[in-house]
Amino acid sequence: MSTLAWFAVILIAITSIGLLLARDWRWLIIFLAAQYFGMLILTLQHWPLGMASVKVVAGWMSAAILGMTRSGLAGEDQSERHSNLPRGRLFRLFAAGVVMLIVSTVTPSVDAIMADAGFAVTSGSLLLVGMGLLHLGVTNHILRVTIGLMTALSGFEILYATVERSILVAAMLAVINLGLALVGSYLLIASNATTEAEPE
Amino acid sequence: MNAPTIWIVAPAFAAILLFLIRNPRVLSILGGILAVLLAVSAQFIPIDEALTVGTYSFKIDASLDVFGRALEIKPEAGSLLAVIYGAAALWFFGAEAAGTARRLVPHGLLITALMVASIAVDPFLFAALFIELAILISVPMLVGIQQPPGRGVTRFLIYQTLAMPFILLAGWLISGVEASPGNVALAAQSASMLGLGFAFLLAIFPLYNWMPLLMEEASPFIVGFLLWILPTATIIFGAGFLDRYSWLRSSPQTASILQFAGLLMIVTGGIWAATQHHLGRVMAYGAIAETGFSILALSLDSRVGVPILFLLLPARALGLAVWSLALTVIKNQSESMRFSATRGLLRSFPLAGAALALASLSTGAFPLLAGFPARLALWENLARLSSGTALWMGVGIVGLLTSSFRSLAVLSMADEYTGWSVGEDWAQGIMLGLGMIGLVLLGLFPQSVQFFLSDLPAMFERLGH
Repeated sequence: MSTLAWFAVILIAITSIGLLLARDWRWLIIFLAAQYFGMLILTLQHWPLGMASVKVVAGWMSAAILGMTRSGLAGEDQSERHSNLPRGRLFRLFAAGVVMLIVSTVTPSVDAIMADAGFAVTSGSLLLVGMGLLHLGVTNHILRVTIGLMTALSGFEILYATVERSILVAAMLAVINLGLALVGSYLLIASNATTEAEPE
Repeated sequence: MNAPTIWIVAPAFAAILLFLIRNPRVLSILGGILAVLLAVSAQFIPIDEALTVGTYSFKIDASLDVFGRALEIKPEAGSLLAVIYGAAALWFFGAEAAGTARRLVPHGLLITALMVASIAVDPFLFAALFIELAILISVPMLVGIQQPPGRGVTRFLIYQTLAMPFILLAGWLISGVEASPGNVALAAQSASMLGLGFAFLLAIFPLYNWMPLLMEEASPFIVGFLLWILPTATIIFGAGFLDRYSWLRSSPQTASILQFAGLLMIVTGGIWAATQHHLGRVMAYGAIAETGFSILALSLDSRVGVPILFLLLPARALGLAVWSLALTVIKNQSESMRFSATRGLLRSFPLAGAALALASLSTGAFPLLAGFPARLALWENLARLSSGTALWMGVGIVGLLTSSFRSLAVLSMADEYTGWSVGEDWAQGIMLGLGMIGLVLLGLFPQSVQFFLSDLPAMFERLGH
């Protein structure tokens, strides 16, 4: 189980860096979906499969909502293209490295605070929180902001699952995840409507 | 029958049904009447007591179980629900005049129900989840589907969403502190976590930059609604923390931090408001200072601070409603709300201009207006503790009053030969007129709201006694 948890941490590291660097929205959605699978594995360390699967199902549904919305929007998003210059990629990779360094430093102390969370679970969740916050710090683009928030929240959810097993909380967090995806989709449509309207 | 079904579930269902109505006037009236009915019933129908109507006898239970947790509306909270739904009615009745009924009424009622749920949920720290749901619902209310989402909305979503994890984790840590009170490190960690959560949620300096941005981007009336309901519910939620945890309540650092945060918001809100050139941004900084007053009230001895906190609520609700409606009327007539675009509008929109000035002055504690009695009481009690902090509060108030007089000067700066006319329609005129009368009456007779407010401190078990 512990090996599986560390596998999940590696998966999360790959997907969160991928989310930071990917230019194509399709890759963003794929990385997000894979990230939720990693989240499922880490949540399984403390929750039964039935409850843990709520998180992955809600996450995948959220990813699908975002993906379907983005696929329905015409053309390439200008702001997305401009914000992914090669120089930006190197900077983001460096920033991701800094986040990983911070996570590896603070994991033992956070793990000591969180009752029996386990190193893998703590480091995985802190990695998601850190990468999510980094994502929020380097972009203004709606899709990326939504993904950044979802990433940070999934990190928190993993950590919180170690101490809170309430069905109400699990249900509400799932609703919040879906709501966040719906709000992100709404804002994506709204921003695209103006992009289409601009040439007139 | 139970109280959460009446004041949370039923309004939420009604809000969903209201989404089906397309007529703004019908929506506004229905939403307003529903909110008034909920307010009146909350004030007069006793909870957890047997009621006899003719031959029938029934009792409204206080709690409703949901997934193993409970929503509980205590009998003492009835007056608070009356204030919340009564103030919501103000916004819903004014929504037609502001031209925002279709967005504000259904979303607003749903948000109000969620905020009441946040006050009612047990364990109370799950309130953060309900507040987050309300935040998500407020985004489509702020931005139309054909409207570009600006930086303000994005920051609002980010900052408010980040609050939830901090508060939930802090809640768990705090329960650990209760188990081992001697663990100072854990207490410090949990308090820091809690402070960060509330800093995001209450938009404490410097996390309030979304407010002025939002005032520029979205309808002032809708933003005004959010600037009223979100901090109001959050402050009560925060007071719940102080009520529940004795170590937090009795810690001298808590009072100092609350005092510092409150003063920081009042001073920065006041000074920033005085230096703005945009009427919407002035209101945003006014709302920030309003939240500062509430936080400052919480920093006082709870026997004095809690009644002042509740006294601030009606003035805040009425002031922001009138201010945001006046701004909406002005925004609809000018290119923007910048000073350069609104010069001299007082002559063509005298009611909106006067309402804006009165509401703004009320926030700045101008004598004989709604905001004055609570601020005076706050100032007096603060001065007893430290004249330095009272002086800083005075600096903030001077800033707020300066911004009011600057706004009034800009609005009245018309050409000499410009004639007077009334540009507001009848609905706007009535709502603004009633609002101005309310601001003056609340200032002249502050004891009139004691009917609602006197029992409110009883909703806390330890705070305010």
